[in-house]
Amino acid sequence: MSDSIIHSDDKAIEEAERYLAAQKRRENISLAIRYTILTIVGLIMLYPLIWLVGASFMTNEEIFGGVGFMPTNPVMDGYAEGWQTSTPYTFGRFFWNTFLIIAPKTICTVISCTVVAYGFARFDFPGKKILFAAVIGTLLLPNVVTRIPQYMLFNELGWLDSYLPLWVPSAFAGDAFFVFLLLQFLRSIPRDMEEAARVDGATSFQALIYVVVPMLVPAMISVGLFQFMWTMDDFLGPLIYISSVEKFPVSLALKLSIDTAESFEWNRILAMSVLTLLPSLLVFFMSQKYFVEGISAGGVKG
Amino acid sequence: MSGDSRLLGFWYVLPYLIGLLVFTAIPFLGSLYLSFTDYRLMQGMDFVGLQNYTDILTSDRTFARSFKVTMLFVALTVPLKLAFALFIASILNAKLKGIGFFRTAYYVPSILGGSIAVAVLWRYMFADVGMVNMVLTGLGFKAINWFGNPGTALFTITLLRLWQFGSAMVIFLAALQSIDKSLYEAAAIDGAKPWRAFFAVTLPLLTPVIFFNLIMQMVQAFQEFNGPYVITSGGPLKSTYLLPLYIYEMAFKKFDMGYASAIAWVLFTVIMALTLIAFWSSKYWVYYAGDKRS
Repeated sequence: MSDSIIHSDDKAIEEAERYLAAQKRRENISLAIRYTILTIVGLIMLYPLIWLVGASFMTNEEIFGGVGFMPTNPVMDGYAEGWQTSTPYTFGRFFWNTFLIIAPKTICTVISCTVVAYGFARFDFPGKKILFAAVIGTLLLPNVVTRIPQYMLFNELGWLDSYLPLWVPSAFAGDAFFVFLLLQFLRSIPRDMEEAARVDGATSFQALIYVVVPMLVPAMISVGLFQFMWTMDDFLGPLIYISSVEKFPVSLALKLSIDTAESFEWNRILAMSVLTLLPSLLVFFMSQKYFVEGISAGGVKG
Repeated sequence: MSGDSRLLGFWYVLPYLIGLLVFTAIPFLGSLYLSFTDYRLMQGMDFVGLQNYTDILTSDRTFARSFKVTMLFVALTVPLKLAFALFIASILNAKLKGIGFFRTAYYVPSILGGSIAVAVLWRYMFADVGMVNMVLTGLGFKAINWFGNPGTALFTITLLRLWQFGSAMVIFLAALQSIDKSLYEAAAIDGAKPWRAFFAVTLPLLTPVIFFNLIMQMVQAFQEFNGPYVITSGGPLKSTYLLPLYIYEMAFKKFDMGYASAIAWVLFTVIMALTLIAFWSSKYWVYYAGDKRS
C-alpha cells in the first residue's frame, strides 16, 4: 500500500520534471528563434549604414568592385576631396551655416515652450481650454496647408534667403509637440515647492526660474535634443527659404553635390554623408536616456 | 486665486497665442482663400471661385496620377510599417539579454532616416551599379533597374520609410511591457495557446497604441517629400511624384500660389477625412482598459 503511494509519488514527480524540462526546452527554442530573427533583421537594417561608413574610406573603383564594407586599403580621398566641394566654399562653411540655424532655433524652442507649458500647467485663465485644444489640434495639422501663406508672409517681411523664417516661429512655441511634452513632465512635478516659494514672497516668474526649471532640466534637454536632430534633418524648410549657396546648410549642400558633376565621385558624397549623419548619431548615443524619456512621455514622430 | 493671477497665466501662454495666430491660424485661412484665386507671386490676384478645384478634379492629369500614387504609397507604407514594428516589438518583449542593444540598433534608422544623407545613401544603394544589385547578381539573380520601373521605384521609397519602423516599435514595446503578466497566466490556465493569447489579450490591449501610431504614421506618410525628391525625383513617369512634390513645384518653382493652395487643401481634406474616419471607427475597435465594454 504505502509502497504504491511512494511509487506513484515518484511517478508524479518524474512526470512533473518531464513537464518542466519540456517547458524549459520550449522556452529555449523560443529564445533561440527570437535571437535569430532579431540578429538577421538587425544586420539587414544596419548593413546600409555600416556599408556607408566603410565605402566612404574606399576609392571609387573599390566601391563599384564589390559589396563588402571593409576597405582593403582605407583612404581619406573621399573626405579630403568631398570637403572641398565643387562650390567656392568648403563643407566646413555648410556645417557652420547649419549651426547658425540650429543654435538659435533650439534655444528659442526650449525657452518659449517651457514658459508656455508652465502657463498651461500651473494657471487657470479665460480661454485656456480653447487654447489647449489648439495645441492638440496643431499636433495633427499637416504643415502642407500653412506653408504657402507663411512663405508669402516672410516674403513681405523681406526675410527670404535669411535664417529668420527658420528661427522666428520657434520663438513663439511653434512646435506644439514640445509644449505637449513639457506639459506631461510638469504634471508629474508636485507643486508644493512652488507654493512654498510663493508663500515666501517669490513671484510666479521667480518660482518658474528658481524652482520649476531646475526640476524640469531633463525634459528641457530632451526637447533641445529632439529639436537639434529635427533641425539637422530639416530639408524642405531651407530648400524653400534659402537660395544663395553661401548660406546653404549641409542638407542643401549634399543635395547640390549629387546634382552636380561630383555625382560620379561616389566616395566624396558618401564621405560627406557620413559627416552629415555624425552629429545626430553622436548626440543620440551620448544622451540616449533623454530620448527614451521623451518618447515614453509624448510618443514621437519619425 | 485673486483676479490678477487669473490673467497671469495668460501672459505665459501669450507667445503661443501670437505664434498660433501669425504662423498657423492666419496662414491656414489664408491658404483656403488663396485656393479660390488665381495668384502668381509678384502678380495680381484674381478671385476665380471654384475654378482651381474643378480644374484639379476634372482636367488635371498630373494631379490624378499624383493622387493615385500618393494613396498607393500611404496604403503600402502605413500598414506594413505598423505590422513590422509590432512584430519586432513582440519578439523583443521577452526576458532577453541584450534587449537594450537591439532596441537601440533598431531605433538608429529612425534617428537618422529623416536626414538627406540617408536618402542619398538609398539612391546609391539602389543605383544600377549599386550595392543592392551587386548582392542580387552575386546570388545569381538578375540586376534590377530600380529607378527605371514605376513599381520598383515606388518600392525603394516605401522601403526607406519601412526601414524607420523604430519609433513606432519603441512605442509598441513600452505598451507591451506594461501589460499585466497575470492576464497571460489566466489565459494559459484557461488553456489558451500563445498565439491565441496574442489575439485575445495582447492585441485588444494594444489598440490604443495602434490607433495613436496609425494616425501619426498616416499624417506623416501623406507629407512624404525628401525620399521621392532626392531618390527618384518623382520619376519614372511620375510614378513616385507624391502630392507634396507636386505642391512644392507648383508653389515654389512655378509660383502658382493659388493653384498650389487648392491642391494642398485637397490633400488636407483627404488627410482630415481619413483621420475622422479613424476616430469615428475607433469606438468599434479601440479598447481602453477600465472601459465597461469587453
